[in-house]
Amino acid sequence: MTDLSSNPVKAVPSARPNSGSLYQRDTRTRRRNAAEKRFRAYGLTAILIAVLALAFLVTTIIRDGSGAFRQTYLSIPVALDAEILDPQGNRDPAQMASVLTLSYGQVLDRALDRAVADLNLQIPGLQDGDVDGLVSRDASAQLRRMVLDNPELVGQTVDVNVLVNGRIDGYFKGRVTMQSAERDSNVSPQQLLLAEALRDEGLLVTRFNREFLTNADASDQRPEAAGVGVAMLGSLYMMLVVLFLAVPIGVAASIYLEEFAPKNRITDIIEVNISNLAAVPSIVFGILGLAVFINFVGLPQSAPIVGGLVLTLMTLPTIIIATRAALKSVPPSIRDAALGVGASKMQTVFHHVLPLAMPGILTGTIIGLAQALGETAPLLLIGMVAFVREFPAAPPEGLFDPASALPVQVYNWTQRSDPAFVERASGAIIVLLVFLLCMNLLAIYLRRKFERRW
Amino acid sequence: MPLSWSLLAAMILAAAGFFVGRSRAYSASGGDVRQLHSRPAYHGANVALAVMLPALTVLALATFARMAGVIPVEAAGVAGLVALGAAVAGLGWAVTRVETSFRARSMVERMVLGIMMFCSLIAIATTIGIVLSLVFETVNFFEKYSIRQFFFSTEWSPRFEGNSRLGVLPLLWGTLYVSFIALLVAVPIGLLAAIYLSEYAGPRFRSVAKPVVEVLAGIPTIVYGLFALVTVGPLLRDWIAQPTGLGNSASSVMTAGLVMGIMLIPFVSSLSDDIINAVPQSLRDGALGLGSTPSETVRSVVLPAALPGIVGAILLAASRAIGETMIVVLGAGAAATISANPFEAMTTITVKIVSQLTGDNDFSSPETLVAFALGLTLFVITLGLNVVALYIVRKYREQYE
Repeated sequence: MTDLSSNPVKAVPSARPNSGSLYQRDTRTRRRNAAEKRFRAYGLTAILIAVLALAFLVTTIIRDGSGAFRQTYLSIPVALDAEILDPQGNRDPAQMASVLTLSYGQVLDRALDRAVADLNLQIPGLQDGDVDGLVSRDASAQLRRMVLDNPELVGQTVDVNVLVNGRIDGYFKGRVTMQSAERDSNVSPQQLLLAEALRDEGLLVTRFNREFLTNADASDQRPEAAGVGVAMLGSLYMMLVVLFLAVPIGVAASIYLEEFAPKNRITDIIEVNISNLAAVPSIVFGILGLAVFINFVGLPQSAPIVGGLVLTLMTLPTIIIATRAALKSVPPSIRDAALGVGASKMQTVFHHVLPLAMPGILTGTIIGLAQALGETAPLLLIGMVAFVREFPAAPPEGLFDPASALPVQVYNWTQRSDPAFVERASGAIIVLLVFLLCMNLLAIYLRRKFERRW
Repeated sequence: MPLSWSLLAAMILAAAGFFVGRSRAYSASGGDVRQLHSRPAYHGANVALAVMLPALTVLALATFARMAGVIPVEAAGVAGLVALGAAVAGLGWAVTRVETSFRARSMVERMVLGIMMFCSLIAIATTIGIVLSLVFETVNFFEKYSIRQFFFSTEWSPRFEGNSRLGVLPLLWGTLYVSFIALLVAVPIGLLAAIYLSEYAGPRFRSVAKPVVEVLAGIPTIVYGLFALVTVGPLLRDWIAQPTGLGNSASSVMTAGLVMGIMLIPFVSSLSDDIINAVPQSLRDGALGLGSTPSETVRSVVLPAALPGIVGAILLAASRAIGETMIVVLGAGAAATISANPFEAMTTITVKIVSQLTGDNDFSSPETLVAFALGLTLFVITLGLNVVALYIVRKYREQYE
């Protein structure tokens, strides 16, 4: 390191010999010590900034997203009028299915009007349509599903739980205020007063929102009904594809490169290629997926199989790099011993080296899967942003059905105009982060449990 | 799907072949397994592989031919039958070869080696696929749009009715500006954090702080994107941009750059941490022995020695920043402008790739095809940065080994 001498510690011109006592610090020492302290403080500040940024990020996401897990429901007795809901009067679900959702809306509105009238509330300025506007646009469909599942209910008066309009729900969560309702064409302050009165009567209840985890996406007008069910299933399917393709291929490739490959030009090229592939922007893989799997091969758009294939190609370098590191950490003495008692090269690797490298490979694989689970950009290009209401079928056919994915669902919801979707998006992120946390904890646990020092 | 059915049939056949081969090997040895060259299980594996490999080859060729349009889609059934025939032929051939002197193990090992070699070629195939798909469509694009306009026009305004101006310069400017701000945030913080962690922190502090900082690297970019869109953007607009009169937009270069900088902190810090740790202790000891304080040692000995590696790390971070998509899609905006004001919304190459390729694509119009040209530009820039950075990092590592 000859170039170091060109950059010596700067001599301070004002330096003078110490005045005598070691206990008395001269100005130069004081200055150097102050600089030392400052430098340490910079480092500590940098770490602090990173930690604070993380804390800020996590708290805002939790603050915005926790609302998605609570939802306001209206529970009222509804008289399921047989004349409207089952005109033929034979309770045949096939014929009842021809009754439109609109009719259920009428039934529901009537029940709601009666319930409010029974309470005898005095709310000045409350208009006719205001009461009906309390429930979600999805509520009549909800009622219809309930009746079609159980046709015997028709003609009876049953207590039903239906979703409340997203604005009313937002009022109880603090997102909508009286001031914002004045300017909002979708909700009026009178409706908010009415909702408050109904809550005091116990008709409106805010409780845990299980449907958020099981529902499909919902249209722009009904954020309260939107859930991450389809997205979670789509992500699961893609992870299955990645698991079944990336892991065997990645492990096989790394065993070849680490244990068998001769040192020549071709293996050099493969190695440089893999490390470069690991740094290619993810969106480029999306372009590859669009051009090859959709345009060339003709696989359907927004299918989990295409997403899975793209993510497989993306995670391969990660898995290969981790597996090679794990194989490399197995000491040569193991190989020598196996070869010494007459095992073939292949037997040495598969019977001895691979089992010992397994914990490292598992950890790397889980990290690679976690990376794939959170990846968004390539999935946008292969059509996963499409609005999907239907759950995909069971695999393997379901792999070709349209589906969404958790991170893409988040993106999708950020593009909607209703602010209630921001809450949904943050909620979906919480779900995503919980999955990632579990995967990473599993990886750490495996590493701690099986880690060996040679 | 007849192809997947014949795949399933071939797998069942292979499993059956394994047991047939194994039991034939037993009987060939006359009950004394030591008579065999290879253990019976290897004979079984040999039969199974002899079934699977021809069937898979036929299936792969058929799929490829169908994609390329050489054979019609309806021919899939025929292809499935051919694959099944190949599997049966492989079974018959391999079963007849079972005898005491047959070297089944060497055969199996050679085939497994071949399979593994094939797997490692997939990485190359991916790169070739990327390059081919980008180049092919980019050539298509430049047949419809002038190459000079693309690289030198400062206007980006795609129109559905045609006559679009598709100049890359505003996008390139936005990309570089956002990345520059991101590096301005990430490099000092990441570097100082790495120095503190490797030179000052005790083992206990380090074992807590390092993983916490690295959690930032494990968070998906969509989370950062939402953070930029919902929290950071409005915060910057209300507290800085509007009071100073610099802008009214929540999505801005500053928003995206700041959030991306946070994302890159662990990237810079863990890379620089490795590099600083690779500086030999003797250099530090020498400096400390001459009476320098620890910070003087870091500034005048450790950092200059680690400089090439750190430059490499910064280049890698830059390539990350240039290729990052979700943060800029949600945080930077969509207006293609060239301006020096960081509080103005600008757009990047990746944003436009997403916006040109989502929705209904018409692969004959330059407005869609331009995305491939943008992708190629992005690929070339990031590849160049990566190659240089990896070269520097490797060179630097060798220096102290």
